[in-house]
Amino acid sequence: MRLVVDLNRCQGYAQCAFLAPDVFAMHGDEGLLYDPEAEEAQRERVAQAAAACPVQAILVDDLDRAGDHSARTPAAAASGTARGSSDG
Amino acid sequence: MVDTALDQLRRSGRIVVVGASLAGLRAAEVMRQKGFAGSLTLVGDERHEPYDRPPLSKQVLLGKADADHTLLPRRLDIDAEWRLGVAATGLDMAARTVKLADGEEVPYDRLLIATGVRARPWPNEAEGELDGVFTLRTREDGAGLARALAAGPRRVLVIGAGFTGSEIASACRERGLDVTVAERGDGPLVGALGGVIGAVAAELHRENGVDLRTGIMVTGLEGDSTGRVRAAHLSDGTTLECDVVVVSLGAQRNTEWLTGSGLGAGPRGIACDAGCRAFDLRGIVTDDIYVAGDVARSPHALFGYQFLSLEHWGNAVAQAETAAHNMLSESTDRRPHLWVPAFWSSQFGVNIKSVGVPSMGSEIMFTQGSRAERRFTAVYGYQGRVIGAVTFDNGRWLQFYEKQIEACAPFPPPFTTVDRRPDGQRPIPADFPDPSVPTHGPTITLSGYSPADRRIATFTPAGH
Ligand SMILES: Cc1cc2nc3c(=O)[nH]c(=O)nc-3n(C[C@H](O)[C@H](O)[C@H](O)COP(=O)(O)OP(=O)(O)OC[C@H]3O[C@@H](n4cnc5c(N)ncnc54)[C@H](O)[C@@H]3O)c2cc1C
Ligand code: SF4
Repeated sequence: MRLVVDLNRCQGYAQCAFLAPDVFAMHGDEGLLYDPEAEEAQRERVAQAAAACPVQAILVDDLDRAGDHSARTPAAAASGTARGSSDG
Repeated sequence: MVDTALDQLRRSGRIVVVGASLAGLRAAEVMRQKGFAGSLTLVGDERHEPYDRPPLSKQVLLGKADADHTLLPRRLDIDAEWRLGVAATGLDMAARTVKLADGEEVPYDRLLIATGVRARPWPNEAEGELDGVFTLRTREDGAGLARALAAGPRRVLVIGAGFTGSEIASACRERGLDVTVAERGDGPLVGALGGVIGAVAAELHRENGVDLRTGIMVTGLEGDSTGRVRAAHLSDGTTLECDVVVVSLGAQRNTEWLTGSGLGAGPRGIACDAGCRAFDLRGIVTDDIYVAGDVARSPHALFGYQFLSLEHWGNAVAQAETAAHNMLSESTDRRPHLWVPAFWSSQFGVNIKSVGVPSMGSEIMFTQGSRAERRFTAVYGYQGRVIGAVTFDNGRWLQFYEKQIEACAPFPPPFTTVDRRPDGQRPIPADFPDPSVPTHGPTITLSGYSPADRRIATFTPAGH
């Protein structure tokens, strides 16, 4: 499964590294490294990490179809990753 | 009143996106999310589906991810016709067609151009073709360089200490490789962040064992009899033995294919209005051609309406979303792309982030943390207002300063902060080099004059 982290948004809270340590790891005190193509077996953990990220910085393949809780309306998705938009 | 033409476009129009990477893919996704039901064609000269570039100089060089494992996630099925591995070679604005390298012509009702930039090659072509000489922009570049580093070269030479060059040097050190960095300017990152921060970055390089040489130019590369690079000649007369060379001299915009089309496209990018609509050569805005990502240059209200070109991941995403929205909207529903520039980098274990346009700043002030510990927030000032900020392992402050920039807050900041150190009590010159000296790495280019300058400009988008 493919994923990408918006590192402008990421605040280094390390929630993801805690929930899916095989995919996300802290690099230094604040930086985050992640595997952009994680094993399919990690899907559940990655989905948990994406849901737990306090700034919603983790984007994953097809999460919508896998039952993403944050039902993405077009408007929410369109502004969801844009910094400086109304959700800041 | 409903715009019937727009309605028809949404139901059965033809949208073509040229440039199948971050901005192109994100725009296509947003179009479908907004209910565009017509035909969508994505043209890309690379053979791959859209992939993410930032990991190429980070995870990939550290051996933590494969270069061919950075495909961008698909948040939904965009049901597009993909034309991969074929370049667009021309644009006929009157006939509304894009010409492809295979001779085909693809008609469009709306066109989005997201052709990005490419790595600036080593100026001497024969030297640039030596085995072991790399640039880093594409997946193939990343795979090749990662292989070369894994083979354990004796010394790597990185030419140019912008963000990418610095990240490459950092990865080399993390892998235990000997690395020399040659930089024409006074220090790493000076073009993007100025000399004060450049000095901090130089300490980072040296403490991590990089042989950093500043104020120096590489004058030539030398190969052995098998065509492998073996040495570099430097402007101080010395010769450096090296078996891998990474040319990291910044980027060139992919606009040549538009030559003669009548679009306002050139080496500085494609000019567009705040709503991402491209200008033609006469400075008249088009209504059917949009631009997004690294190739775009657009005026920004927060920065004196100067034209900004940003080589920033977040800008490509945000501008693509705005362009896609505007392409399918009534004129009254269109929105401007007023993204506050934001950027991150990771080198030598330090997380570097910036917001705003630091390179517009004339002064800098350390407002949080300590320069000596290299954990700080520094704020840039321009004509008495906050114009940018940079953090070293202090990213949580950035949002606060982003708001300050948006609000044109005064500089120096009048408030005192909790952990301000003695060295941050007053502003000092930010020490940017002469802007006519080219800089390296993903950064921000200001092009065009601010109306506040009261100069006679050849082209201003004013008066609409
Ligand atoms: C090594 C590296 C590290 C980076 N690190 C960071 C970082 O840490 N933080 C950050 O903010 N940004 C970073 N960036 C910058 C970021 O990757 C770019 O801002 C982003 O990729 C821009 O996306 P884009 O879609 O506008 O352009 P691009 O990604 O450049 O895509 C343009 C696409 O169009 C194609 N194309 C060009 N001409 C034609 C044509 N005539 N016909 C068809 N296709 C064409 C190109 O081949 C390319 O696939 C990094 C970039 C690199 C290379
Ligand atoms: S949980 Fe979110 S904010 Fe925290 S480190 Fe992971 S991506 Fe970054």
